[in-house]
Amino acid sequence: MAEQVTRRPYVREIPRLRWIFRHPRYLRYMAREVTCIFIGAYAVLLLVALGRLAQGRESYEAFLRALGSPAGIAFQGVILLFALYHTVSWFNVTPKAMPIQRGEEFVPGGIIVAAHYAGWIALSIVVLFLAGVL
Amino acid sequence: MPKSNKPIVWGFFAAGGTLTAFVTPVLVVLTLLAAVGHVPALLGYDRLHALAAHWVGKAALFGFVFLSLWHAAHRLRVTLYDFGVRSDTLVAWVVYCLAATGSVAAAACLLII
Repeated sequence: MAEQVTRRPYVREIPRLRWIFRHPRYLRYMAREVTCIFIGAYAVLLLVALGRLAQGRESYEAFLRALGSPAGIAFQGVILLFALYHTVSWFNVTPKAMPIQRGEEFVPGGIIVAAHYAGWIALSIVVLFLAGVL
Repeated sequence: MPKSNKPIVWGFFAAGGTLTAFVTPVLVVLTLLAAVGHVPALLGYDRLHALAAHWVGKAALFGFVFLSLWHAAHRLRVTLYDFGVRSDTLVAWVVYCLAATGSVAAAACLLII
C-alpha cells in the first residue's frame, strides 16, 4: 500500500534572471559579481596595448589615439565605475575573508576595512606619482 | 582526503581580486588621462617600452594581466551558474582556457619587446 503513495516533492521554481530583482541584496550581489566582466575587459585592453607596444611606436600611438575616441572614453568610464565598485565591495568583505586574531579577541572588522582603504589611497598616490601625473 | 584543485583556482581568484581592487582604478585613471590627451609620462612610448623591456616590468605586467583574467574567469564561471547556466564543467573549461590564452598572448608580446 505504501507504494501507492506518490511523493511529490516541492520543486521551487527559480526564474533564470528575475530572482535578482526580488531583493536589493540580490541586486547588490549581482552588481558585485558582474564587475568581473569589466576587470577582464580592462585586462584585454592592456593586452592590446602590449601587442601595440611590441609592434612599435606608430602602432602604439595609434592605439592611444583610438582610446581617445568617444567610444574609447565611454568604455573606460564604465570600466572605472565598475572597478571602483569592485574595490569597495572587495574591501568591505575582507574582515570575513581574512579575520585577524590578536590573543583571544578578533581585530574589529572596521579597522581591517579602514586599513585597506588607507593602503589603497596611498598606493594610488604612489602610482600617480611614479607615472608622472602628480 | 580527495585531492582537489579548488585551492589553486580559488587562490589565483583571490589574489587577482585583491590586486585589481588595489590597482585597477588608478590604472584606468592613467589610461583615461592618456585618452583625453594628457598622456602620463609613464604611458609615453619610450618610458612604457623601457618598462616592458626590463624583466621586473615584464613580470609585473604579466602578473597583472594573468591575475585579472583569472579573477574575471573564475567569477564569471560562478556568476553564470547563478544566471541559470548549469553546465559548469563546460563553462569552467571555456573561461579558464580564455584566461590562459590571454595570459600566453601577454607573455608572447612581452617576450618580443
